[in-house]
Parts: sequence; C-alpha cells; structure tokens
Amino acid sequence: MKQSKVTLQLDNGQCFHGTSFGYEAPTEGEVVFNTAMSGYPESLTDPSYAGQILVLTYPLIGNYGVPDFTFEPDGLATNMESDKIHVKALVVSSYSGEYSHWNAKESLADWLKREHIPAITGVDTRELTKILREHGVMMGKIIFDDDNYKNQDTTDESDDTSRKEYHKSSYESVNWVNQVSCQQPIYYNKGADKKIVLLDCGVKHNIIRNLIKRGVEVMRVPWDYDFNDLQFDGLFLSNGPGDPNTCDAAVQNIRKFLNSQRVRPLMGICMGNQLLAKAAGGEVYKLPYGHRSHNQPVRMEGSTRCFITSQNHGYAVDPNTLPSEWKPYFTNMNDGSNEGIRHISKPWFSAQFHPEAASGPTDTEFLFDDFISLL
Amino acid sequence: MKQVNLKKVLVLGSGALKIGEAGEFDYSGSQALKALREEGIETVLINPNIATVQTSEGIADHIYFLPVEPSFVEKIINKERPDGILLSFGGQTALNCGVELYRKGVFEKYGVEVLGTPVQAIIDTEDRELFVEKLAQIDVKTISSEACCSIDEAVAAARELGYPVILRAAYALGGLGSGFCDNEEELKELAEKAFSYSPQVLVEKSLRGWKEIEYEVVRDRYDNCITVCNMENFDPLGIHTGESIVIAPSQTLTNSEYHKLRELAIKIIRHIGIVGECNVQYALDPNSEDYRVIEVNARLSRSSALASKATGYPLAFVAAKLGLGYGLFELTNSITKTTSAFFEPALDYVVCKMPLWDLSKFRGVDHQLGSSMKSVGEVMAIGRTFEEALQKSLRMIGQGMHGFTDNKDIPVSSEKELDEALQSPTDKRIFFIAKAMKMGYTIDKIHSLTKIDRWLLQRLYNIHNTDRELSHVPSLKQLSGELLLKAKKQGFSDFQIARALHLEKNCSSMDKAVLQVRARRKQLGIVPYIKQIDTLAAEYPAQTNYLYLTYSAMASDIKPTHDNKTIVVLGSGPYRIGSSVEFDWCGVQALKTIRDNGYSGVMINCNPETVSTDYDMCDRLYFDELTFERVLDIMEAEQPKGVIISTGGQTPNNLAVKLDEQNVPILGTTAHSIDNAEDRDKFSAMLDRIGVDQPQWSALTSKEAIHEFIEKVGYPVLVRPSYVLSGAAMNVCTTPEELDHFLNLAAQVSKEHPVIVSKFMVNTKEVEMDAVADKGEIIAYAISEHVEFAGVHSGDATIMFPAQKLYVETVRRIKKISGQIARELNISGPFNIQFLARDNEIKVIECNLRASRSFPFVSKVLKINLIDIATRIMLGLEVQKPHKSLFDFDYVGVKASQFSFNRLHNTDPVLGVDMSSTGEVGCIGQDAASALLKAMLSVGMRIPQQSVLLSAGDPKDKASLLEPARLLHHKGFKIYATKGTSAFLNAYKIPNTQIYMDHEPGEPKVLQLLRDKKIDLVVSVPKIVDNENIDNGYKVRRLAVDLNIPLVTNSRLASAFINAFCSISVDELDILSWEELK
Repeated sequence: MKQSKVTLQLDNGQCFHGTSFGYEAPTEGEVVFNTAMSGYPESLTDPSYAGQILVLTYPLIGNYGVPDFTFEPDGLATNMESDKIHVKALVVSSYSGEYSHWNAKESLADWLKREHIPAITGVDTRELTKILREHGVMMGKIIFDDDNYKNQDTTDESDDTSRKEYHKSSYESVNWVNQVSCQQPIYYNKGADKKIVLLDCGVKHNIIRNLIKRGVEVMRVPWDYDFNDLQFDGLFLSNGPGDPNTCDAAVQNIRKFLNSQRVRPLMGICMGNQLLAKAAGGEVYKLPYGHRSHNQPVRMEGSTRCFITSQNHGYAVDPNTLPSEWKPYFTNMNDGSNEGIRHISKPWFSAQFHPEAASGPTDTEFLFDDFISLL
Repeated sequence: MKQVNLKKVLVLGSGALKIGEAGEFDYSGSQALKALREEGIETVLINPNIATVQTSEGIADHIYFLPVEPSFVEKIINKERPDGILLSFGGQTALNCGVELYRKGVFEKYGVEVLGTPVQAIIDTEDRELFVEKLAQIDVKTISSEACCSIDEAVAAARELGYPVILRAAYALGGLGSGFCDNEEELKELAEKAFSYSPQVLVEKSLRGWKEIEYEVVRDRYDNCITVCNMENFDPLGIHTGESIVIAPSQTLTNSEYHKLRELAIKIIRHIGIVGECNVQYALDPNSEDYRVIEVNARLSRSSALASKATGYPLAFVAAKLGLGYGLFELTNSITKTTSAFFEPALDYVVCKMPLWDLSKFRGVDHQLGSSMKSVGEVMAIGRTFEEALQKSLRMIGQGMHGFTDNKDIPVSSEKELDEALQSPTDKRIFFIAKAMKMGYTIDKIHSLTKIDRWLLQRLYNIHNTDRELSHVPSLKQLSGELLLKAKKQGFSDFQIARALHLEKNCSSMDKAVLQVRARRKQLGIVPYIKQIDTLAAEYPAQTNYLYLTYSAMASDIKPTHDNKTIVVLGSGPYRIGSSVEFDWCGVQALKTIRDNGYSGVMINCNPETVSTDYDMCDRLYFDELTFERVLDIMEAEQPKGVIISTGGQTPNNLAVKLDEQNVPILGTTAHSIDNAEDRDKFSAMLDRIGVDQPQWSALTSKEAIHEFIEKVGYPVLVRPSYVLSGAAMNVCTTPEELDHFLNLAAQVSKEHPVIVSKFMVNTKEVEMDAVADKGEIIAYAISEHVEFAGVHSGDATIMFPAQKLYVETVRRIKKISGQIARELNISGPFNIQFLARDNEIKVIECNLRASRSFPFVSKVLKINLIDIATRIMLGLEVQKPHKSLFDFDYVGVKASQFSFNRLHNTDPVLGVDMSSTGEVGCIGQDAASALLKAMLSVGMRIPQQSVLLSAGDPKDKASLLEPARLLHHKGFKIYATKGTSAFLNAYKIPNTQIYMDHEPGEPKVLQLLRDKKIDLVVSVPKIVDNENIDNGYKVRRLAVDLNIPLVTNSRLASAFINAFCSISVDELDILSWEELK
C-alpha cells in the first residue's frame, strides 16, 4: 500500500511532514493539542473539537481500534460522544494500523476515511506541542504533496460546504456552536417526574447519559432556543466548540432564566460555564493554548478538596469580572484559571471541566448528583 | 499542613538486597529522608546495607548498621526516642518489622507515632482473608476460591463463578489433581479424580490469559487521590509482576477500561485508608470489562519505584511528605516547579521494563517463570514507539542480546519443543517468540500459545519484518535512508543493522562493520534526538533535565552547552549477581564530587531501582542504554570535558578501549592501562616483569594441552571456558575424570574458544586491596581479609576490615606489591587487587582498574570516602594523602553476603567460584565477633536455641569444626552430625547424635528433624566435588533453605559464627550509630 506524504503547515509557516492514514483531502483548522493517553474515539466525536485539528501528544494511537458506531433506541451513540467525528484532522506520532481489542470493529484509519477526516502519522508531536505552547494555538493547513486525492469525491455535498469554509477567515469568527447544535428539540426519558432543559451547544452524549441515568426527562433544545416558555424543573448548559462570544442568543436566554421569578436549579459544563458567566455579567477571554487533557487539577474554592478532571476548552472565565453574588467554585491548580462558578445563594453552578468525563477521569461525576438533588 | 510536633523521625530500611527486595528501597528510603530533611526534621535510619546511598553521610542524621528486626529496632527507639516512624519505605522487611512492633505495643510504649498509612490498614491488605472481606464491603471483586466437599458442590460453585474454572485438590502437593475446566462435563470428570486424592477441592475462576494491570495510587489525609501511573504487563496473568515485561502506560486498554480500573483503585485506597502510596494489581478479562483485584501493596514497592522513574513523579518523596501531614495541594510538581503535585502525569513516550534473570549462575535451578520471583534486577527503556523501547530494554539487560532480532540463534529441535517454550514461560520466552516468527508462525498461532495480546505481538512482528527487509539489502550503499530511519525508529542498533546486512563478511571485525553503519547513518543525517521527561507532555516547560534519546523526533528538547565544564559518569546498569547497589553508591558519590567542584555532572544509566537515576542527583540524566553506540551518541551531543568509567563496575569498564578509539576523553587511568590489566596475557607478563607472583595459569585450545598443563601444576585446577554450553561458567576440577566430564558437558574447547586453566590454591587466605592512586602513587587504601578460604567468590565471601588475622609481613608485602602495580599501570583513580596469601607467600589473582564492590563498605568503615578522593584525582584537583592515624581505629567492620536461595527452587545452596549472593550487609562492632554477629543476624541468620547439625565432608573442614563443636557442647547445645562427622566428633569425645537419610536404616531421620524444627542451625560443608554425598547433602541443605532454617555451608564461616555467638550474647551487642564509632 502506498503511503501518501502529507504536511501540516502552521500559520507561522512551520511545516511538519508525515504520512497520511486518513482521508486524503486538504483541510484547515485551529491546531490544538491534547495530552490524554487514552480515549481517541471519544475525543474525535466530541463536538467541542469542531473546527480544530487535533494533535495527540501520546505517541501510540490506534492500538485498540474503534468500536462499532451503533446507536441506542433513544438515539444516543453506544460508544461515542456524538453522531460523527468533529475534528477537522488528526495528527499523531505513531499510528498502529493493526489493532487488538474485543470491542473493536474497525481500525481508526478505516473510520477516519469513512468519515472523510484526514490524518497524519510520523509527526514529532512533542515538538509541535512545544511550538503551540510557546506561540499559542494557531491555524494550520493539511496539505497533500500530490494533488490527485484518490478519495476525492466532488459531488459530496458536505465536502463542498466545508471546502467553502476554508476561504473564510480563521477559526475565531465562526459560530461553531451553530454548526453542531441540534436543529429541533429532542426528548429523552420522556415522562419522568423532573424535566430538565438541556441547552445543546454541542453536547457530548455522556452528559445526556448522566442525566437520564439519574431518572430525569431531558429536553435537548438548540443552542439559540428560547426555553423560558417551556415547563421544566432545571436548566443544563452543555459544552460546545469555539468562542462563547459568538453565542449571544444563548446568553440572552440564560439571562432571562436567571432573572425569572421562579428560581430553578442550573448546572453548566465547559461552554456552559462560560455562557453562564456571560449571562451573569462576567467576561470570557481566550487562553494561549487552552486546557485539553485528562490530568487537570482543580480545587474546590475554600476547601481542601481537589479533583483530577478531563478538560477541553480554549476560553476561560475571568472571575474578577463577575458580579459580587457570583463566586469562583473551582480553580485550576496549575495556572490559577477559573474552573467553575457558583451563585452565593441560588442553586446555580457550573464547571469549566467535564464531570461527565468520557474520555477522562470520573472524579467529579458527583456534580450531577448535586444538581439532581437540587431539583 | 505539616504536624508541628515532629522533631525526630525513624526510618526503617530494607536491609540486604535480595530477590524481590532490591535497590528500589534504597531509592525510596533516600527520597523519604530527603523529604524529612527538607522539613528540618532530625532523622534516624536503621539499615545494615552499608553499600546504599541512604546510609551515606548527609542523608540521615543518625545511621545504625543493625538488623531491621524488632528487638534491635526497639533498642534504638529506646535510645533515640523518635516522635514518629516511617514503615513503608523499606519494603516487606520494614513493613513486617513494623507490624510486629505494633502488635507488641512498642510504639505505644515509647509514644512513637506511625506516620502515613495506619498499621491496621497495612494488616488489612497483608492478611488475605481480611483483604477479601474488606474489598467485598465495597463490592470490589477479588480472586476467591470456593471450598467444596462434593461433586455437586463443585458444580454449583463453578456455575456461580462462570467457566472456565480451575479445580485444585486441597491438601495435595505439587498440583496433583488440579486442572482447567471449560464446561460442566470437564469439571465433573476432573472433580471425580480430585476427590480421590483429597476430601476437598477448591474451585476458582480461571483467569488464564487475563491481562495484568497495575495502578499506583496516592492519597493524602484530606482524602484527595490521584493515580500516578498505570502499567500493563506484556505477559498475561500467572507470572509475578516482577518477572514480567511491563509497559507504561497501558497500551491495549480503552478509555472506559482505563478509567474503570482507575476509579476502583481510588475507591479501594479510600476504603482501606492509606495515607501515602499504594499499588493495586488487577486481572482484566481480555474479552470484556470484567476484572479482579489481585492484591494491594500498602507501601512503596518495586512497581512504585518503576512508576516514579517512568513518569518523573517522585512517589516516595511525596508519600513521605503526606506522612508528615501535608495535602497534595500543598506540594509542587518537582519537575516543572510551577505546577501542583496534585495531578496525574501525562506521558508522551512509552516505557518498557525488562527483568534480568541471572539463572545461569545457579546450579539446577528451574527456569520456569511463575508466581514467585526469580529475577535479580531490571532495566527501564524509554522510547516513542513500543518497538524502540522494547529493543532498547533487551540490550540494556546486558546479557549479550542486541535487540529482538539478530541474536545468537536458539536451537530448537522441533515445532513441538518451540510450542512448549512459547506456552510455558521461561526467562528466554521473548527470544522464542523471535524464533517462532523466523520459523513462520503467525501472530494468531503465537497468541494462542502465549496469550500475549495481539497488539504487542504485532509490534514484535514489525521488528521481525524490518529485519527481513534489511536482510534483503545487498550492501550498505544500497540501504535507503527511509529503511534505515524506519529501523532506527523501531529501535534497531547499528549492530543489528550490520548483522542483518551481513556486513561482517566483508569487514575484518563486527566492531568495524558497526562503525560503517554509524558513518553511513550520520552521512544520511539520521541521528537520535534528545527528549525530556516532563510529566505533562510538553504542556508546561520542565525545569529538570531528565532525558532519553529517540529517533521518532525532528528536534531535541535541550542543547547541551559545550562549555568544557561537563563531566559524564557512566552508571552500572541493571542489578545482577556481582554488580549491584554498591556501584550506584560509587556513581552517586562521583556525581557529588563533580558538582561540588563547579562542574556539571551528567549520568547515563538505565536501572529504575537506583538513586543515580534520580533527576536531582545530577545536572542532566540520560535514562538510556550503556551500550557503545548510545554512549557515543551522548558523547557527541554533550562533548564533555571528560568521562568517568571507573565507578560503574564492569559494564562501563568494558567500553574503555572502544570509547578511547573514538577519542572520548576518559578521565583517570588510561584505556591502555585498563586493557593491560584486563588482558590476562598482558597482565601476566607485567607481573612477571615486576617480579610479582601469581597462580600458574594458561589459556589452552585443546584437551591434550589442558592435560599437559595440569601434569605440570597438579590438581585441583580452576577451569574457565570462554564459551559456555550450559551451567556455571567456572568450575574447580580435582581429578582427570571430573575435568573430562566438565569439558565434555559444559564447555567447548577450540582455537576460537580457549579455556583458561589455573592452579587452584587450597587452604589459602584471600586478601583484598581497595585503593586510590594518583599518577601511579597510592593515596589511600584499605586492606581487608576474607573469613572463608580462597575458593569462595569474593562477592560471596564474608569480609573483615581491617584485616584481623594477617601477619604484619603479609600486609607489608601486599602494600608493596600494590604500589608496584599502581606505578606500572600508572593508575589515577580507584582500583582493587585480590591476593592469595598462605604463610607469607603472596600471589596476585586479579586486578581491576575501577572501583570494586567493597568500596562503599571500606569507605564507610574508614570514614574516608575513597570515591571522593578518586574523583578529585580524575578531575585533576589537588588531593592530600589522608593522615596515617586515620587508618588506625578501634572497631571492626564485617561485610556478609545475602543469598536468595529460597526463591530459586531446586538450586543447591552452596558457594563456589562463581558468585551467587544477591546482596550484602556491612556491620560495625567493637570487636570482630560482635561485628560478625550483627552482620550474620542482618542477613537473616538466627542464633540457635537448642540444637545444631554439623556435617563436613573434607577432613580439614571436619578439623576446623572441632573447636566450635566443643564450644557448642559446653554451651549446652545438642549436636547432630552426619556419619563421618559424628565419628570424627566421637573420636574427640564430643557427644553427638548421628542422623540418617530416609533411605538409610537408623534413627533419627534428618529430614524429619528439620521438618519438625528440631534443628536450629545447619552447618553443611560439601567437599569441593563430592559426587557420592552431594545428593544427601543437597537434600539437607535444600530443605533447610525451604524451611527457613539458618544454613552455613563453609567451615571457616561456621566456625567464626559459632565462636561469636558462644562468646557474646545478642543482648550484649552495642547499639551505636555510625557517628558514635570513633
């Protein structure tokens, strides 16, 4: 089998050469790195990676293959975090074509090809990561050395739209949430006692699994949906990709919820933390290279309780901009950045990290219990 | 926060290195002491292992070279009155001792607080029943067996457990009636048989082929938990983790499996209540997410040392701080120095641990691997592909392997034999896998025989394929850069490439062929890059230089400054018989002197059990191979001012000439001189030239020539083949028949493989000279004496320093000869000479122009650091001869050897010309007897209470036991003796009881006496070779070892030991710390 040469070119002109193991078509995106050592199927299907080229620092990828991409009767993926791969491209150091696992159905390469996602192996991902660390994240292009992409199918519609995007400017001006959110409300566990509105900014399926596991009905609504008119007991703000500043409609709706006479519990995750902060009056800024890993330490403010968390975000809440009735809930123990906020008297809190894990450590799953107990 | 009331803390060490408890506890103890010292806490350390780094100056405040044993520890507690004690840094030895002291109420009595994990938590994990019960409380599954008394019960139990199951007959030795059952039919059949042997059978879920996974977990007193590392065993369940090839992080686990086991580990550590560190071992079903907990170690362990080195997370240091009351959030990551210690390392490389077995050193030992440990050491390799890490590790163990391929062929007579070798694991299995691939076995077939995960086998297959690809390349010129780079990324050495290309055919030597590959490689720009281990996969910059080399890279993380201030020290590699913690001490001392004098110290080593591979011991640590190729790579990157090769034992010493040829600046004694000492012909000629005597010897290439030579010198002779077929490499032969037998069976004699035969001296003392010289002039020295006569390897011998029973004339002549040799070889640095002395006749046996095994022992007894002096000399700094009075002191040091025969089933626990001890202790006493007694107790001997068995084959050995026997009798001991010895004692009117073997008529039967614990000490001294009685003697010795009854196999040592315990009692022994000895 011929292995095509492929290059990742960063915005600053630096090039990383490797061989292709995915779909062979050029693409571009914001280049970000993740230091997790396991969980590539979960990461690839995490909608928060929309628009990004994902670099994995752990060098050996593909070892355990990819499980069957099946769905449960309620529409949730059996093994994945959404219904498709969201990353623009994957960059690894050493891809294992041969895999071994009882749960594997196909190789990572076959899956990537099927979903039209380019991938490079043979890159010094440590060197690349150091550059991103020093410079901050930047845009990058995947370039194939010869222009005869053998998998190219010009009639493919989705390809066509994504190709148009290449000519738009960078990652930041795009409302990625709009691209990954559901179009219509979707109901799960219908008829349960308590009803939760889940604002879908690009929700990971494990958040939904964690909610319905706790016996509540979930109404998953599009990111810009005005849920305030619905009958519900609690509001859940999901994770999502991109810049929270592009999601004004969501911020307005959340603010309406906060100002409502009827105080109902609220929990947010990741993008949800940022949208809540904005709705409360705070500000959000872009981190130089974000937090994407399974080993981020956070400490619950005012306590000796610390947790290892799974994270995937490029933006953070500036806790100094929050009004006085809002306090930091968690803080990152490495860089001191905000990891969650809470209201001093009302049942509203959010986490910048991922209590639903998948992939990553499960230390903070108790936050779902906390939320449910407030209903 | 730290507890304020702690001013003085006692730390228990692990004693001598033994199989299952080795150098890793020097590392963890040193880290704990470092953590305590940082807090300003006064420290007391008990550890008789004098060669360790932790027992060096500046680490602990008060050091006791005494047994880690409750009665001694209590006396020290009584004397020192510490506020707290750390039990989990000295392995099982310290833990067991701690539990016993706790049960006796000693801690309560003296108000000593056990820091870190409470003793009850330790007991809960150590007691199997409590452990199973404890984990059942939180619904965690353990491996349990159901006892059944009928076939119906067995069927019901199996249904409950799920097939396949293992059925074992209870109370049946040797696995009689045991087996696997895949279904009910098989179970019924087997159960029927089993019930014919035994009234009860045990039904257990079969976990054959399950993966073995470990997690290292840390918890602070605020209940914050992290898992620092997980590891996956290459070999499936059934092989002790110490015997397994281990990979970190796990390679074949999905996110769901990884985090399920992680979550369980945290649940377990919380429930047990560990404060500090523990290790959780799992069995994981390869076909589902089903699991079992195998065990929990509530202490620092071999695995935790490995995890520390694999991740850069200082587990022992952090565990000690947690024991003092800190929370994880109050500590910082010691690699980045900016981020928190509460985090889980992210690796961007893969680590492979390879065990090292030295089984060829033991006679009759079983090579089968199983649930008990036999390996004596290990290495750790770091790479960015699994292939690279694995091949590195196979070279690192230094057993003549070049990687996975291109080794000496293993002969296999049939497929059946190969299948068996794959099915039942031995120390050579990985090479049988290579062989199977060469013979065309598919991955599926190898998997079905070995149950090793297919992903791992596929990595090996990649190496195999690349090797085949290389072998089809007609010449080096035609080797493409692409293929060469691929091979290097998969960890191929230049040697492997040269061999795969058959380059030696057109070259005068393999060495030249290797250099050709190197030249071609560099010409193509294919060189390794230096990467940092930073715990966070480059997310944050690292402040430390913990480094490895890899070909899967395009840039280096660091650029060494070529400021002519860098000194590289080569480490000693894996611990093995003959090279152990003592060389780690030497390396660490050299680094210290280098850095104290304003130079940058660089260490190269690959042994995760060492202190020298702690990244804060040096300015740059290369955790990499000590092979010629890799050392040269590092030299090219570092361009150091100089390299020290004389503090790491034989491994770096062997590189001297080759490195010198590449113009590597070797400090101290020249490579030329080293060669003159190592080359027997050259050394011998030199001794003749300066008029120094040596035992007669000759290198011979035919059997006729050997017999001719022996006619001149007479038997016995020592025979050393250069090519060993099987068994031990050296042998003493006393008759022509024995010689022929040995040469036919064990050795090859030919022009290519000469055999060295030397006159073997009996009843001769062995004396050692450890010294340091500067440009040929001796600056400092230590003369010590073996208790045993020559014939016991110097590494196994009991050594007294200063020598107690040498004639003044002998000492004078030894000093003179040493001076002559030092001058002749123009020695600058450490060296060691071994002498034979009978009357005043002195002969030189060998000379090593490097630090020897006894350097830490003599340095600590002398209180003059010989390595410090040697390093200063090698750096060209001024040194002064220590004042003569310093060589005159009023106490005696005794170094005794630790054997691990109990771990090595079937091997005969006798001492010979080849070394077999795994460790040593060094104790100091006010006289020879008290020092010897302390040392013997430290290596596990116990003072007999009632009875002693004496058995000596040789008349001279019988004679030397006469006085000790008389003493024993006067002290009221009952003496048992074998036939000859009994007759001998009767002739001297010493009452004794003759014992009999089972097949002999007469009572009492010796084996039964041993089993009934009626004998407290066995002295069984075999003749050098005694085929008739060797079998009886073997049975007695072996049973004594298996029943943990003290055994001495040398008459001189037995005599010294008996004299010692008959002349002073244990209670009279002084309890003095090192600094109190003046």
